[in-house]
Amino acid sequence: MLKTFSIGGVHPQENKLSAHQSIIKAAIPPQVAILLSQHIGAPAKPLVAKGDTVKVGMKIAELGGFVSAAIHSSVSGKVLKIDNVIDASGYPKPAIIINVEGDEWEETIDRSDTLVKECKFSSEEIIKKLTDCGIVGMGGACFPTQVKLCPPPAFKAQCVIINGVECEPYLTADHQLMLEHAEEIMVGVSILMKAAKVNKAFIAIENNKPDAIELLKKTASSYPGIEVVPLKMKYPQGGEKQLIDAVTDRQVASGALPISVGVIVQNVGTTFAVYQAIQKNKPLFERVITITGNSLAKPSNLLARIGTPLRQLVDACGGLPDDTGKVISGGPMMGKALINLDVPMTKGSSGLLIMNEEEAKRGEIHPCIRCAKCVDACSMGLEPYLLAQLAAHGEFERMEKERIMDCIECGCCQFTCPSNRPILDYCRLGKNKVGAMIRARKAKK
Amino acid sequence: MENKLFVSLSPHVHSEDTVKRNMHGVLIALIPAFFVSLVVFGIGALIVMVTSVVSCLFFEWAIGKYIMKSKTTTIGDCSAIITGVLLAFNLPSNLPIWIIILGALFAIGVAKMPFGGLGCNPVNPALAGRVFLLISFPVQMTSWPVVGQITSYADATTAATPLAIMKGVINGTSGVSLNQLPSAWNLFIGTNAGSIGEISAAALLLGLIFMLWKKIITWHIPVSILATVFVFTGIMHLVNPVEYARPLIQLLSGGLMLGAIFMATDYVTSPMNKKGMLIYGFFIGVLTVVIRLFGSYPEGMSFAILIMNCFTPLINIYCKPKRFGEVAKKK
Amino acid sequence: MNLILIAVISLGAIALISALILFLASKKFAVFEDPRITEVAKVLPQANCGGCGYPGCSGFANACVKAGSLQGKYCTVGGQPVMTKVASILGLEVEEAEPTVAVVRCNGTCEHRPLVSRNDGTRSCAITSLLYGGETGCSYGCLGGGDCVNACQFDAIHMNPVTGLPEVDEDKCTSCGACVKACPRNIIEVRPKGKKSRRVYVSCVNKDRGPIAKKACEVSCIGCGKCVKVCPFGAITLENNLAYIDPNVCKSCRKCVDVCPQHAIVELNFPPHKPKIAVVEEVDSTKTIETPKAVEAVAVSVDSPKENNN
Repeated sequence: MLKTFSIGGVHPQENKLSAHQSIIKAAIPPQVAILLSQHIGAPAKPLVAKGDTVKVGMKIAELGGFVSAAIHSSVSGKVLKIDNVIDASGYPKPAIIINVEGDEWEETIDRSDTLVKECKFSSEEIIKKLTDCGIVGMGGACFPTQVKLCPPPAFKAQCVIINGVECEPYLTADHQLMLEHAEEIMVGVSILMKAAKVNKAFIAIENNKPDAIELLKKTASSYPGIEVVPLKMKYPQGGEKQLIDAVTDRQVASGALPISVGVIVQNVGTTFAVYQAIQKNKPLFERVITITGNSLAKPSNLLARIGTPLRQLVDACGGLPDDTGKVISGGPMMGKALINLDVPMTKGSSGLLIMNEEEAKRGEIHPCIRCAKCVDACSMGLEPYLLAQLAAHGEFERMEKERIMDCIECGCCQFTCPSNRPILDYCRLGKNKVGAMIRARKAKK
Repeated sequence: MENKLFVSLSPHVHSEDTVKRNMHGVLIALIPAFFVSLVVFGIGALIVMVTSVVSCLFFEWAIGKYIMKSKTTTIGDCSAIITGVLLAFNLPSNLPIWIIILGALFAIGVAKMPFGGLGCNPVNPALAGRVFLLISFPVQMTSWPVVGQITSYADATTAATPLAIMKGVINGTSGVSLNQLPSAWNLFIGTNAGSIGEISAAALLLGLIFMLWKKIITWHIPVSILATVFVFTGIMHLVNPVEYARPLIQLLSGGLMLGAIFMATDYVTSPMNKKGMLIYGFFIGVLTVVIRLFGSYPEGMSFAILIMNCFTPLINIYCKPKRFGEVAKKK
Repeated sequence: MNLILIAVISLGAIALISALILFLASKKFAVFEDPRITEVAKVLPQANCGGCGYPGCSGFANACVKAGSLQGKYCTVGGQPVMTKVASILGLEVEEAEPTVAVVRCNGTCEHRPLVSRNDGTRSCAITSLLYGGETGCSYGCLGGGDCVNACQFDAIHMNPVTGLPEVDEDKCTSCGACVKACPRNIIEVRPKGKKSRRVYVSCVNKDRGPIAKKACEVSCIGCGKCVKVCPFGAITLENNLAYIDPNVCKSCRKCVDVCPQHAIVELNFPPHKPKIAVVEEVDSTKTIETPKAVEAVAVSVDSPKENNN
């Protein structure tokens, strides 16, 4: 019996169109826009100014706070300006715009493909290096990795879980990365274990990727302490709390961090980036992104530079189809709909999904028939129908009691609702308002 | 220039599940029972069924259009059809047409539409209609025709139902004893007097299996009701086997199966989480047996469900689903 | 006969005992309340809108009586007449307050602001603002979801289906501020009504730099500063590429209206415009017809995060 998380969950159609498409290097764009806020936390502070010359891998922005990440140039060329561009959030955000000239890399970066197994750094050195290289969680949330690896002193990590679940439909970037870079990922896991000072790591993979499970199991045999855990398919298995529940049978309490049960979760993409940062001196300036969609000519997995306009990546996959109705950055369950394709790629761009007009339009909304399917589907054990009702009526105090802040916005409730109700829209509104209320209360004290 | 893109919050995909799909599922699950009723009661069942469904649809449409003045009609969602079918299932096959129409008017016009239509009604409309008729027209509502009179409608001869026999025994009426009860097998396949839809437990169970398979309902409500009734009547039977019938006979007779499978599981009026569903089912079972054995009516299912419908909001407040992380499974 | 007697006696006894209990309870648990609170509450409009900043009319009455001064207390619904009555009950001085009205500071109609995307989410400004900057290129302007309309208790604000912007019905608006709080973009502002309801204000809240703002909307404030220069009273300030007219300083000379290249500054309820006569007295003496129903058709696109986070 395969493991999975215990509460709720849904089974969306997989639609992994780009599965087993090997990773292709995307062309370097003529201009990139590198956002200063690609991670959770304070935006980075730019280190360059208009007219400066930059090289690939050069640090162009430093940490803006404790929870923040450094940003590196993904191209070589001249800084055109620092200006606002519209990002995936739909609002203008500051970005460094660079005109590309050639492709000149920093000399410190090891560009060879040779596998470096031996890690000669200490735990502190690794963490410092990750900070310097601007490594963030690449599953989508973009939480700075060094912060995750330095838990508050009250907690002690017992194991690392590597998230290779990729439970979002359509996305295949992590899957392909595991297939092509199994050894590097294993070294990355060992480095993370060393940094977190633990000797146990689990690599969690859903059983819809049997080839990846098999390959990693084989590779893992020569690395001590690493165990591959196949999991039963269910969305949202890639959610941090759900994954910990599935792998270790421990549930993170409401409001607590995963470290409270002694677990640090890292994405496989992050693990690969960690390997490159520590062993190859290569900061995070490119990543694998899945470009996919039913109407797209060539769904592919591309290795692209951060800051590349998404339009160029779509063009590399056969161009934007005429009947496009929606473009989503990320997967269909949690991704963000974009207003156009000029949005630049960020460290958290795991995929780009093109939907045609028909797929894109939301269905007609009917009255709630109280079927309780949302309650069954909620992976956090909440009552989405009630939360949505309360939010629509502005009863935010009661929402707080009903634990709206536990909501992970996985979308299972809205996915499953036979009446097509925008449950999550209202839950988000409530979460936003209740969050503001809690912050205001804290500020008063 | 490319199209202007749609923008909305996630999720961007949907399970393709719809209200209609669920309603159609329920209707399909009702087909076996309807088929049995056609075989057993013939033209009478057909007349009652058609009258009930047509008048429910008509009242929903007319009330929506002329009284509530809403621009769109809601008859398309099939919920009025289900109300009509379930109402008919709860009526004897020789009921005069005008009484059926009154029942439909009460179901739709009093129990459903004034509260805002589908999704807002506090009690099951079909049951409300049935109980209204039962109280207003007790004679017509409790004279069930003898089975097998395929071609007769109003002029059919009537017979006592198993529940009436049981009640007679409890009340000490002379000339009745539990020996007159039909066998469990006869009750199971449905060859006894009763309301249109309730006679064949086999057909209703077939519907239950279909709905469980299609994930339209979960097992919690029907199983908890049936189990409670079985255990409770079992105890009573052990205490006094002369007065109280065997639990299996109790399970298979009257509207218990119909109620447990189709009426109590109505989405709108049943609790929203598993724990609540079990509590709800348990109390329906208890109330049904209490009314059957100690009340003045031979059948208590409708009343039990209506009473528990009224308690559903309280159950929803009391029972919360198990929150993630509330009880750490292992420390 | 006996039966009736027993019934009368027993019920009478129960009634007597209950009455006694009630009487004693009312004496024992009596709470003293200043009788003036009820009196004040009586003259208040009982709209319970919260525009005064207190929870409902009785809360306001309570506050008025307890505070001992009417400083800073104003019933927006009743206005000056009600405040005079309150003052006379309490024997206090009433503060002269200028009547105010809600003003929608966005003029980004469908014509002025081309759509760049289609919002397929729930039609609510609060939810849309979580999602993105809006259907148009302006991420400050009116989202057209009608949250302000839903918030209004007085039926004083409505969406104009042609422009897609909310319009304030001046006669009904009590300037309670409910719409101001409801708007996630802080587009609506409560401003002094002005003499004869004549007002001049910047009908835009876009803080983008000029070219971006101009591209997004034909009538956006581009922060050029011409109005600041032309204003003889120093009433206009320019901050974050956005001009703001301080209503307390503005003398309604309307020089800024003429000079604005984007027509982002709006004048309301003035008689037909004669560009050369810009003196206030001149305008007043013309004594033109009072606009019967001053309907304000202005929608604004602005966002001030500071105010947002209250």
